[in-house]
Amino acid sequence: MTDIDLEVSALLVERRVIDWKPYLAGAGIGVLSWVVFAVVAAPIGITTAMSQVAGGIASLFMGGDAVAQNAYWKVHSFKLDYGTLFLVGTFLGALASALASRTFHVEIVPGVWQERFGVSPTRRMIAALAGGALVMYGARMAGGCTSGNGISQGLQLAVVGWTFLAVMFPVGVLTAWMLFGLRAPR
Amino acid sequence: MFPVAGNFALLLAVVFGAAFGWLLHRGRVTDYDTIINQFRLRDFTVLKVMVTAIVVGGIGVFVLVQLGGAQLHVRDANMLGTIAGAAIFGVGMVLYGYCPGTGLAAVGTGSVHALVGVLGMLIGAIAYALSFDWVRDNVLSVWKLGPMTLSDVTGLPPVAILFALAVAAVGAFGALEWSDLERA
Repeated sequence: MTDIDLEVSALLVERRVIDWKPYLAGAGIGVLSWVVFAVVAAPIGITTAMSQVAGGIASLFMGGDAVAQNAYWKVHSFKLDYGTLFLVGTFLGALASALASRTFHVEIVPGVWQERFGVSPTRRMIAALAGGALVMYGARMAGGCTSGNGISQGLQLAVVGWTFLAVMFPVGVLTAWMLFGLRAPR
Repeated sequence: MFPVAGNFALLLAVVFGAAFGWLLHRGRVTDYDTIINQFRLRDFTVLKVMVTAIVVGGIGVFVLVQLGGAQLHVRDANMLGTIAGAAIFGVGMVLYGYCPGTGLAAVGTGSVHALVGVLGMLIGAIAYALSFDWVRDNVLSVWKLGPMTLSDVTGLPPVAILFALAVAAVGAFGALEWSDLERA
C-alpha cells in the first residue's frame, strides 16, 4: 500500500464513526419499559396525565363543578397519582442531565427556526403555542403520543401504535417540507 | 410483590420519570433542531431512539409476559380517531418542534419555547375535554377494532414480528450509518 492509499483509507474510517448515543438512549428507554411493565404495570406515557393536570387548571376558572360534570374529566380527574408524578420526574430528569452535562442553556429561538423565520421571539412563541395545542389534541384523539402510543403501544405490536406512527411521521415530513422546504440552506 | 402500588409507586413514578427525562436528553431528542431535522430527513436521531426503544422494549416485554412477570396493556384501535389524531399530531409536532414528552423534558434543559408549547398543550387538552362528547360520538365510534395487535392482523406470532423488526432495523440503520445521508 502506498502512503496515499493509507491516507484515503484513514479518511474513510474516520467518516464512518458511528455515534452510538441515540441507540444507547433508545435501548435505555426499552429497558425502562421492561421495568415499568413489570414493577408498576404502567407503560410510559405523557398525555393522559397532562389531560388530568389540564382539568385541574380548568377547574380554577371554569369552576370545579363544570369540570366534574365533563365526560372526559370524569374519567381522568386531577390527582397526584403515578401518571402526574411521572411528568414531574421527566422534567427533573432532563434538568439533572442538562446540568450534569453542562449543556443547560436558555433557548428562546432555536437555530433551524431562526434560519427560516428570523429572530423574532413572538413568531416562534405563537408557533410553539399553536403546535403544542395541536399535538395534545391530536394525541388524545389518537389514543396517545409518541411515547404512550408510538413506543409503549408500538413495542406491544398494537395496531393503534403502528397506525399512529405510520400516519404521524409522513404528515410531519410533509409539514416540514411546506414550512422549511426540502433543500433550504443550512 | 409486583405490581407495586400505593405511596411507594408514587415515589417510583418520579424515579422512572426522571430516568425517562435523562434518557431523552442523553439521546439528544430534547433538542428542537434534532427533531425538526428528522422531519426534514437530514438527521435520523429521533428514529434511531424510537425504533431501538421499540425493538429492545418489545423483546424484553414479551419475554416478561411469557415468564408471567408482566401483562400486556394493549389499547383499543379506534381507527378514524387514530388516523385523524395522528395527522393533527404530525402537523403540531413540526410547528412545536417537540412531542409532549420531549417538550416537557426540553423545558428542563432551558427551552423557553418548549415551555410556551406546554401551555399550548394544556389549552389543547382543555379543548379536547370540552369537545369530547362530539369526538366520542362522531370520531372514536367509527372503525373500532378493539385491542388488536399486528399478530392478530398477520397471524404471525409476536416473536416472529419482533425478530423481523429487529433485522429490518439493523439493516436500515446499518445502511444509514454507511451512507452519507446524514452528512449531506
